[in-house]
Amino acid sequence: MADQIVELNAGTDNLVLVGIQRRGVQLAERIVRIIKAQEGVDIVSGALDITLYRDDLQTVGPRPVVGTTRLPWTLDDQNVVIVDDVLYTGRTVRAALDELADFGRPARIALAVLIDRGGRELPIHADVIGRKVEVNPGQRVDVFIEELDGRDEVLIADRDTEA
Amino acid sequence: MAGPLGKDLLGLAPLSADQIRLVLDTAVPFREISERAIKKVPTLRGATIVNLFFEASTRTRISFEFAEKRLSADTVNVASANSSVSKGETLVDTARNLEAMKIDMVVIRHGASGAAQFLAERIESNVINAGDGTNEHPTQGLLDILTLRNHLGDLTGRRICIVGDVLHSRVARSNIWGLTKLGAEVAVCGPRSLLPNAIGEMGVTVFDRIEEAVEWADAFNVLRLQLERMQAGYIPSLREYNRVYGVTRARLEKAPRDILILHPGPMNRGVEIDSDVADGPHSVILDQVTNGVAVRMAVLYLLAGGKPELAEAAKKGVV
Repeated sequence: MADQIVELNAGTDNLVLVGIQRRGVQLAERIVRIIKAQEGVDIVSGALDITLYRDDLQTVGPRPVVGTTRLPWTLDDQNVVIVDDVLYTGRTVRAALDELADFGRPARIALAVLIDRGGRELPIHADVIGRKVEVNPGQRVDVFIEELDGRDEVLIADRDTEA
Repeated sequence: MAGPLGKDLLGLAPLSADQIRLVLDTAVPFREISERAIKKVPTLRGATIVNLFFEASTRTRISFEFAEKRLSADTVNVASANSSVSKGETLVDTARNLEAMKIDMVVIRHGASGAAQFLAERIESNVINAGDGTNEHPTQGLLDILTLRNHLGDLTGRRICIVGDVLHSRVARSNIWGLTKLGAEVAVCGPRSLLPNAIGEMGVTVFDRIEEAVEWADAFNVLRLQLERMQAGYIPSLREYNRVYGVTRARLEKAPRDILILHPGPMNRGVEIDSDVADGPHSVILDQVTNGVAVRMAVLYLLAGGKPELAEAAKKGVV
């Protein structure tokens, strides 16, 4: 994925990685480390919490935890890559695009996801995909990563089972 | 389904320690929004909030208004002086008329203790108490506690002394409820004429002399001496009050540790607090104001939404 991101951007100039809370943030940091190891360049990365930009507050109610948003001082004219663990309906990415627009005007925004599970409800696609998986609507994709969960693993589970 | 705080925020007395911690934790990311170039998120887009102020207020009203606007809510301010209240309309009639115009939340400041609860029981909208008589001022209590937590860390076992006119202070009550629930030790200090008779029953220590409080405390929350009380004979004179209970640099220099200074405002400089303390290195009075907007955003967010009837309607494709 790191290679593809660098390729997509035709280099590392003006590249900014923005991870979506929570697991996207750690994935973005990992990609930054890989690019550093391969290209010897420090890429700027940030974190985005889209809770306050969700479109279901009125119906679902508030999420108990609002995470932090931490972005580099400017996004203007940067090549921003949004990083998330799972791409499903596309609503999270829609919210992220709205939020990024409030922080500046990037030259370009791309999307990189570890898992694309299909089932889009909005016209959104990923530019960089770790793995494409066909998953039924009744199932759930759980991504576990070392930094938060102590292991790297992707599981497909039935929706009503415990994570 | 009510939100994590229920339908209304009427005071800190009815909240659990976990609910108080939830508001404080939620307020932290909201602080960052006020530091962005575009200080606005779309969270409460389409929600209508009425600020119903039956008593004078600058800080609280403006703070609520900023919080509402930064969450993209539509707001209307009603002050009693130039509304139908001056024509004799009752509180419930005013609120019911507002509700008939399809509002979502009411923020109410009223001179009578219990006014917010009275209203909350009679209307569908979420009600937030912005100060009712001498009862509670929960968002002020929460912002004081957030400020204390930012500077002192975990409040368990920390010693907070509320200094001054506790008798008339809804801020003192909200502080006492909230701080004791979080495990802090709370004391009050002031002339007996300005302390409620039953203050001991709230689980607080009472200091008659400010020198004792200086020895004991990690932080002072200095209350405004409500000057209108002086005419009523609660204290002999402002000068005497300052001499006996004023928070002065000379007094604080005798403290065994640095005492954090809070004041809910508006300050009477030279009466309950001296200027070199209010503007001194341990004063966090302006931090309180910044935290006030964040805490109010958190409260609005946690009370908003979660309307199951809307979810049902959305599923059926009605909305």
